[in-house]
Amino acid sequence: MQSVVLLVSALLLAPLYSAMILKVKAFFGGKKGPPLLINYYTLIKLFKKGSVYSTSTTLIFKLGPLVSLCTAVMILLFLPIAGHPPLISFNGDIILVIYLMALARFFTIAAALDTASPFEGMGAAREAFFPIICEAALFMMLILFYILTGELNLAAYFAGAQPLGLWQSAGAPLLFVVLALFIVMLTENARVPVDDPATHLELTMIHEVMVLDHSGPDFAFIELGAFYKLFFYATLVARLLCPWTFDVPLLDLIFFFGVLCLVYMAIGVTESVMARYRMDKVPQFVLTSFALVFFATVITLEFIK
Amino acid sequence: MKPGFLQIDNGKAVAIASIPDLAFDDFRNAALDRVADGAQVVHFFAYKTGQQIRLAVVLRTQHLLVATCDAPHTFPSLTAVCEPFHMFEREIAEQFGLRPEGHPWLKMVRYHANQEGLADIFGNAYEHDIPGNYPYYAVEGEEIHEVAVGPVHAGVIEPGHFRFNCIGERVLHLEIQLGYQHRGVEQLLRAADFKRLPTLAESIAGDTTIGHSLCMAQAVEALSGRAPDAGARIIRTIALELERIANHAGDLGALSGDVAFLPPANYFGRMRGDFLNMTLWICGNRLGKGLVRPGGVLFPITDEDRKVLSGRLNELTPQVAHTIELLFQTSSVRSRFEDCGVVSMADAAKLGLVGPAGRASGLAYDVRRDFPTEQYPHIAIPLSMQTGGDVLSRARIRASEVLQSIAMIQTLLAQPIATECVPPADMTPLAPSSFVVTLNEGWRGELSHCLLTDPAGNIERYKVKDPSFHNWNGLAMALRNTGISDFPLNNKSFNLSYCGFDL
Repeated sequence: MQSVVLLVSALLLAPLYSAMILKVKAFFGGKKGPPLLINYYTLIKLFKKGSVYSTSTTLIFKLGPLVSLCTAVMILLFLPIAGHPPLISFNGDIILVIYLMALARFFTIAAALDTASPFEGMGAAREAFFPIICEAALFMMLILFYILTGELNLAAYFAGAQPLGLWQSAGAPLLFVVLALFIVMLTENARVPVDDPATHLELTMIHEVMVLDHSGPDFAFIELGAFYKLFFYATLVARLLCPWTFDVPLLDLIFFFGVLCLVYMAIGVTESVMARYRMDKVPQFVLTSFALVFFATVITLEFIK
Repeated sequence: MKPGFLQIDNGKAVAIASIPDLAFDDFRNAALDRVADGAQVVHFFAYKTGQQIRLAVVLRTQHLLVATCDAPHTFPSLTAVCEPFHMFEREIAEQFGLRPEGHPWLKMVRYHANQEGLADIFGNAYEHDIPGNYPYYAVEGEEIHEVAVGPVHAGVIEPGHFRFNCIGERVLHLEIQLGYQHRGVEQLLRAADFKRLPTLAESIAGDTTIGHSLCMAQAVEALSGRAPDAGARIIRTIALELERIANHAGDLGALSGDVAFLPPANYFGRMRGDFLNMTLWICGNRLGKGLVRPGGVLFPITDEDRKVLSGRLNELTPQVAHTIELLFQTSSVRSRFEDCGVVSMADAAKLGLVGPAGRASGLAYDVRRDFPTEQYPHIAIPLSMQTGGDVLSRARIRASEVLQSIAMIQTLLAQPIATECVPPADMTPLAPSSFVVTLNEGWRGELSHCLLTDPAGNIERYKVKDPSFHNWNGLAMALRNTGISDFPLNNKSFNLSYCGFDL
C-alpha cells in the first residue's frame, strides 16, 4: 500500500522537482524565475492542444512519445522510493530497467529519424553515442554492487538500510560511485554540461533536437517521461548520498524528499556555475564516470580480500 | 605617391572632375598594384552618369584613395588576381549587369534583377525564390551530409540560409545565402525626398541606427557645407559609443548563453537594456532613431542629462567589469571560446575583415583611430587587438571595447558644451558634380557611405556598405573544420547584420 502511495506521489511530484532546477538557475542568474508549478501549467497547456503530424512520418513517429513515457513509468515500478520496497522486484530487475531505458531511447531515435530532418538525424547520432558510455559506467556499478551484496536487483541496493550497508562494506570508494552516478544522471537526462535543455539552437542540441517535431500531447508525454527519468536517477543518487534511516516512517519520508530536493538543487547549481562542454569533449566527461566506478571497484575488491 | 589615384579625406567632398578618370586597364592595374602594396578595398562599385556606366574604387592605406573609369560591359575580373574584390565584383555584376570575366565564384549576392534591364549575368528569371538558377556548393562522398538551416530560424532573428557540408560533426564548408531582406535601399536613398533621407538611413539596419545615420549626415554635411557644432559632434560621438556598448554587451551575454553559462547571459542582457535606455534618455528612442540629422542633432544633452547619464554609467561600470571578469574567469567558458572558429590573419586580410572580427585576427584597423570624425580626433582611443582569431579573441575585443567606450563617454560628458539643435532643414541642392565618402567605426566595424551628385546637385549614386558585407565570409571561413555544434557560438561572436548586407 505504502509503495503504491509513494509511486503515485512520485508520479505527481516529479514535475515539481524539475521546476526546482529552474528556480535555482534563475536565482544564480539574478532572476525570479518561473513559478514552481510551471511544469504542470506547461503539461496542461500541451494536453489541451492537438498534435501536428508531418505527412512524411509514419506510425514510428507517433510511437516514440508513448513508448518513452511508458518505459519511464515502468522503471519507477522497480524504484525503491524513500527506501520502501518497490512495487515489483525480482532478481535481475536492474538489467530490465537499464534496457527499458534503452528501449525508450531506441524509439525516440527511431521517431527522430522518421522525420528525415537533418537536425534530428544529427541529434539522434549524438543521442546514440553518449549513452553507450553511460551504459558501461552503469554496468561497472552493477558489478561493484553485485560483488558487495551478491544480489542483482535495485531493491537490494537502494531499499531500506541497504545503501548504508554498501557504505559499510565499500567505504570511501563509494564516493566515486556517487559522483559517477551524478555524471550519468546529467548525461542521461540531457543536462548541462552535456546538453543544454534551455537552448533554442538546433545545431547544438542533443536530446531536445530529436523531439522538435513533436507537439501537443505527444510532446507532453515526452516531457513527462523526462521528468520521471530524472526522478529515477535523482532517487538513486539521493539514497546513495544519504543512506541513513531513522525507523520513524514519517521522518524517513521527510528526510528522503529533503535529500532529493538537494540533489535537484545540485543539478541546478552545476548548470549555473559552468558552461557546457564542446561536443567532442563530452565523451571524455562521460567516460570519467566509468573510470571513477572502475577505480572504486578495483579499490573495493582489493579491500574486501 | 604612385599616380592614378586622388587622395581624399574622410567626409570631405571633392569635385568629380578632380578624380582621375583612367582607361579601364590602367584603372585595374593601379588598383591591383595598390592592393598588392597593402591597401584595402573600402568601396568598389558601378554608377551611372548620363548614359555611361562607370566604375569607382575607394581604397585605404593611411589615406583614402579614389579613382574612376568607364565600365566596359565585360572586364577581366580583379578578384581573379586579388581576393578582396570578390564580393564587390559580384555586387557590380548583380546591380549593373557587367560581367567580371574569370571571377572565381560569380554568384548572385542579393538575388535581384539588375537595374539596367540587361541580360541577367546569373541566368535568373527571379520568378522563383532564392537561389533561383544556382546549385549550392556541394561536397560529395559516402559520409558527407548536408544540413540546411533557414531562411526561417528558431528564435526572433533575421532570415538567412545556411548550408553546411559536414563529415560527421565536422564542417567542411559553410555556404551562406542572404538577400531575403533586399529592399533596394540604395535606390530608395538616391531617389528620396531630402526630408526622408535620415529616416531611410536609420532604417538600413536597426542595430546600427546611429552608425548609418551618422554616415549619411556627414556625407550630406560635406556636400552642403553645413558643419555640425562642437556640442552636436560630442552628442553624436556619445550616441555611437552607446550603440557600441549596448550591442557588445548584448552579444557577450548571448555568447555566454550559447555555451549554457547563464549568469553573465542574464546580467549582460539586463545591462544591454540599461545602455539602450541611456540612448532613450537622450533622444526618446532606444535605438537612437531621430537623434542624428544632417547639420547636427535634434536633441540636446543638458547639464542635468549629463548628471543622469554620468550617474548611470558610474553605477554600471563596476557591474560590467565584474560580469566580464565572471565570463572570462570561468574556465569552462574559456575552453569553449578558445581555438573555436579560428580565422588566420592572412585569411582575414584577404577577406578584408573589419571591426572587432578583423582586430581579433590581428588587423590593426579602427576607423576611429585611422580616419577619425566627429569628436574622435580629440579623444584617446586605445587599440584593442588580439591575434588568436578565435571566438575568445573576438569576445575579448568586444569586452575591452565596452570598457573603453564607457571611459570615452565619461570624458565626453565632462565637456559641458551646449549645442544648437538643428530644425529639419532642406539642404538641397547639394554641391553639384561632387563625390564624398564617409567612414565611421560602427560597432561591427567600418561603415561607409559614398555619395555622388549630378550637375544639378541631385544624388546620382548612393552607395552603402555595412561592415557585414566584408565579414559574412569571415564567418564562413571560421566554420571550416569546426564542429557544427559550435556554429551558433561563432555566429554570435561575429553577429553580423542580415538587413545591413541585404540593403
